[in-house]
Order: sequence, then C-alpha cells, then structure tokens
Amino acid sequence: MAHESSYVPGNFVEKWIDDRLPIIRWSKEHLMDYPTPKNLNYWWTFGAILAFMLAVQIITGIVLAMHYTPQIGLAFDSVEHIRRDVNGGRIIQSVHATGASMFFAAMYIHMFRGLYFGSYKAPREVIWILGVLLFVLVVTTAFMGYVLPWGQMSFWAATVITNIVGAIPVIGTPILELLRGGFAVDNATLNRFFSLHYLLPFVIAAVVALHIWALHVPGNNNPIGVEVKSSRETVPFHPYYTMKDLFAVVVFCIPFAWFAFFAPDILGHPDNYIMANSQVTPAHIVPEWYFLPFYAILRAIDFNILFIDSKLGGVIFFAGAILVLFVVPWLDTSKVRSGTFRPIFKWFFWLFIANFVFLTWLGSAPAEGIYVLLSKVATAYYFIYFLIVLPLLGRFETPRPLPTSISEAVLAKHESPVTAQPVTASH
Amino acid sequence: MIKTKSIIGALLVSMLFAAVPAVAQEAAHATPEIQKEQWSFSGPLGTFDRDQLQRGFQVFREVCSSCHSARLLAFRNLGEPGGPEFTEGQVKALAAEYQITDADGVKRPGIPADHWPAPFANDQEARDANGGALPPDMSVLAKARGTTQPFPWWILNYFTAYSEGGPDYIHALLNGYGTPPAGTEIPEGKYYNAVFPGHAIGMAPPLSDGAVTYEQTEGASVPLTVDQYSRDVASFLMWVAEPHLASRKEAGFQVIIFLVVFAGLMYLVKRRLWASVAH
Repeated sequence: MAHESSYVPGNFVEKWIDDRLPIIRWSKEHLMDYPTPKNLNYWWTFGAILAFMLAVQIITGIVLAMHYTPQIGLAFDSVEHIRRDVNGGRIIQSVHATGASMFFAAMYIHMFRGLYFGSYKAPREVIWILGVLLFVLVVTTAFMGYVLPWGQMSFWAATVITNIVGAIPVIGTPILELLRGGFAVDNATLNRFFSLHYLLPFVIAAVVALHIWALHVPGNNNPIGVEVKSSRETVPFHPYYTMKDLFAVVVFCIPFAWFAFFAPDILGHPDNYIMANSQVTPAHIVPEWYFLPFYAILRAIDFNILFIDSKLGGVIFFAGAILVLFVVPWLDTSKVRSGTFRPIFKWFFWLFIANFVFLTWLGSAPAEGIYVLLSKVATAYYFIYFLIVLPLLGRFETPRPLPTSISEAVLAKHESPVTAQPVTASH
Repeated sequence: MIKTKSIIGALLVSMLFAAVPAVAQEAAHATPEIQKEQWSFSGPLGTFDRDQLQRGFQVFREVCSSCHSARLLAFRNLGEPGGPEFTEGQVKALAAEYQITDADGVKRPGIPADHWPAPFANDQEARDANGGALPPDMSVLAKARGTTQPFPWWILNYFTAYSEGGPDYIHALLNGYGTPPAGTEIPEGKYYNAVFPGHAIGMAPPLSDGAVTYEQTEGASVPLTVDQYSRDVASFLMWVAEPHLASRKEAGFQVIIFLVVFAGLMYLVKRRLWASVAH
C-alpha cells in the first residue's frame, strides 16, 4: 500500500547508513508502519504463525543435521542417538517432527481462510499463486524429511511417492531414476533427499519474502472483503498486529507443546520405529496425515480413462488437485470477495472443508470395498467445487449487500455510542 | 463475538488435524481390540516406577535377551536417573558379567559404556536358532507396536496424549497365547496367539507363572504371574525405547504452564493496546 515514509534518521550514524543502504527506513516502512486493516480477525494470524513455524523448523533442523548421518546403515540409529544421547536432543527432535504437523495444520487453515474470504481475488492473485507454490515446496520438503529417519514408513513412502513420477509417459522413468539416484530407493536416495531437505527450506524462506512483498503492494484483504478507503481504517502493523500475532503464536504453541512433549509419536506411525527393510512391505503403507487427502485422490482413480491407464490417471488427478489451486483466482467469477456476504457459497465452502476432512480419513483407510467408491465421490466434489461451483456461482448467486467501507462495518458491529466514535490510531 | 460458523470451522479443522494417524493405525491389524492398561508413565504427569523397571529388567535379562537383542541399550543407561536407577557399582558389576567382542575380535569383560550384547552374531544365525523367525531388536520395540481403537474413541487419544499402545500391545501379546479356536490351522513350529497379526507367532510362550523369581522387598509382595511379568517387562521396554520419557514430560509440564500464563499476559497486553481502536 503506497504511503509516505515517516522515517527520520535519528542521528549521524543512521543518516550515514540511510544515504547508503536505507535498510532501517525499509524496516520501519514494512515491518512497523505498514498500514493494516483494523478489522482482521484471528484467522489472519496464521501467516505470522507460519513464519514462526518456518523459523522453528529451520533452527531445530540445523541442529539435527549436526548429529544426523545420511547413510542407510546409520540413519535410523543416528536419529535414536539424537533422542538418547544428544543434550536436549529428545526435545529438539520431537519439536521438529511434531513441528511438521503443526506447520501443515497452520498452512491448511491459512489456505482455507484465503478460500473463504476470497483473498486470492484481484489484485492479490500473485500472493495466492506464491502461496500455492509455497504449499508445493513445503509438501516436497516435508516428504523428504519424513524419509530421513529411514524407518519402514520412510522407505515405503519414498518408494510409493517417487513411483508417482514414473507414471509420466516417456520422461517418467528417467526422472524417477534421477530422483532416486538408481533403480530403487537406496543410499543415493537418502543422500539426495537429505541434501534437498536442507536446501528447500531456504528456498521457502525466499518465496515467503516474495509472498510478503506481494502482500505489501495491495495490502491485506480483510473479513468484509471491501478495500481500505482511508487511513482511518488501518492501524500500523507495529505494535497492533505484532502484538496480536505474537499472542496468537503463543496460543498456537500450547497444542504444539502438548504434542511435542506428551505425545510426540501420536502423529506418526509405529512402523517407522522399525528400520527400513526393502524385503518386508508393511501391511498398509500410509503417508503422514497431511498428505492423506491427496493420497486418497491418487488412489481414487482405479479405472482407465480412454488411452490413459489408471496409474497415470491417478497421477493426473493428484497433480491436478494441487495445480487447480493456481488458477482459483480465475475460476471464481464472483465480484464479492468475502464468503460472509455470499449465502450460497457458504454452503459449498463448508461442504468443501468437510469433504477435505473426509478425504483425509479416506486416505488412511484401506483401498478396498466401500472406501474406493467414497474416495471417488469425494474426489469428484473436490474438483467440482473448483471447476464448476466457483465459476457458476458468481453468475447465479445474489450476494448480500456489502458495507460501503470497513468503518461502516465496524460501526455496525459496535452499536454503542462510546465505541462508535471514529478513533485514529496513534502511536 | 464468536460466530457459530467460526466454531464449526475450528471444529472441522481440528478434526482434520487430529483425525488421521489413529485411523492409519486402526487399519493396521485385524486383531481383537487390545485393552488399555494402567501404566505409571501414561499421561502428562507419568513417570516410570523404578521398582517395576528393575523387575522388568530381570525378566528381560533372564527371558527375552536370550533371543532378542537391544543394540541401543547401554549398560550405563541402567544407572541413569528416570530409569531402573541401579547403582554405579551394580552397573559395573553387571557389565563385567558379559563378554564383549571388540572390533578386532578380542573378547573382554564389559564396561558401563558398552551396549547390550546381542545373543546372535547376525540375523541369519538368529533365524536359524528360531525356526526361521527373526526375533526383533527390542531397542525401540515398544514404540514400533501400537493398538487401535474404534471410531470415535481414538479421537480421545489426542486429548489424553495416549502413547502407550506399544506396552499395551506387548502386554496383550504375552497374555495372548492359548489353544487355537476350531478351524484355525497353526503351522508346525508356530504358536497360536490371539493378538499377533495372523495369529501364528514364531515365539513360543516365553513366560509362565513362577518362571522368574523376583527379589521381594519388604512390605510389598509382587505376584509371580505371567500377567505381572508382562506388565513389568512392557514397562521396561517402554523405558528402553524412551529412556528420557519422564524428564521430557516434566519439561513439558513446565513449558505448558509457562505458555498458558504467558498467553494470558499477552492477551491482556493485546486487549489494552487495542482498547483505543474500534475494530
């Protein structure tokens, strides 16, 4: 959001720096003064929570890498070594492992918030696209990280998931072999996954910077989806939102600590405490919970479509489920951003959320009997929501009247005369 | 003001978040439901019972370790706080009872820094001695097994921090031997076990009443039954798998109390800061 810089160098040194590298000016503009709509609710705190989680994962991960050995004979025991013999290692390891789950929980909430409040609509398409790119990067990083402890689920998840690439015609097999560093998941796979698992978080951090940059051009969306009309409708990011976000981060840490300290293994699978064995296939290969919706979609396609066999078909739907997110800004034809003012959209949206939870559950169920049929139905709705409901609803739905401004919405909320007075934020 | 749909949304998302790994386990084995037992180390306030770990160690040493290895267990661990807490002298004497083969093939008496010696030189030898079945290493065995609860009861596990599926399974397995029901064929050299996946287990019933004689301490009398042995050894194996469990939970208790208090203070600061802004 264009605004005048209020930074005045306080002394000679600051002035000297400001003339050469105006980093303090930049920080003041973007980290402190950045005008933020004053009506953001707590769903908006998950951006800060995700930034915090990325920092937690990078810091704990760097420490873990100091003690971890990416070699198939030693990897499993080196993780146990961290838990048993490294000072504080048991806490660092469980924070990192449960942190991945918390990261995904926050990310899904962040994405669903965007979908509900129409945060992807013009002029914020690039923020959304970068966000989906971040999702893909985090999924990739988490998948590779899960392989590193080299347990049974690590190994078999690596085998199943890399196989997905092999379904691509012509170029699939060469890419598969490049990914694995051989014909099967082995030491070369573990080594390159470790290397990439260390690299990608920094790529993620860079894309996060772009994501925030893109956010700071048009400014935040807000729960009513009506653009900010005057500076009286915003508050400076610091201290108002730094404080609110930090409070949310602390609250978020409570369930995080609950899992990290009291039940670090409840989010994983017991089989991953058995060392990887290429000769023994687990009864059910189940990915981590955060991949299950997409795993269910992958498995739902068990039939051939014309010349496309079921394996490739599954991969197309799996990839499509993520790729469709990139074009959501153009699929949704409604001019109204916020779902709050879209009476019919709400129903489809909450059905989408329920369906997504259902897909998560189906991903963990065995691929047999009624589950296969249910997976097909749920997969169908996933795509119907994006490809049919969002494009058509914008044409047929009559939205509720929008407030003309954030101020009006806030006034309507606070009907008592005391709080209704327009207050200019001072700092 | 909290809106109904916010509540529904939060519920759905938390369900999504909480739901799944337990279902994953649910599908794992078609075995009868395994009961949750009482364990001293369950829940946020759990700690190990030192006497129980010492008894469990005795069962492990006299029974299990003749076939099962525990390569991550070092003698010194047995004297560490939060575990069986044998004295330094006891650990030294115990280690010295075992012959450790060094890398150059020379045998010498063990020292506390040594790891628990494996009963067999390699997997093949272990299989040969056990009718083709490989006795699994016991280092993290208690975390490599789990139990399942029918829907919706597993949802509760996230709120009770249930992490004792392994000990529950081990306890049930050790008490799961019996005569096979009519129609169940058990191959030769295998034994019927109601809990084991497939019901034909390679391990002969390892425990029988009175098989291990506990040193009875004054005042308490511990029954010499399979049920008691299996509880003790399951607790011991949980400690082997998670030797710092007690200190982890203790730290967690402090962390959560801190976070709750800190969050309360943060909320008050936030509310005061925002008091002048209509939002």
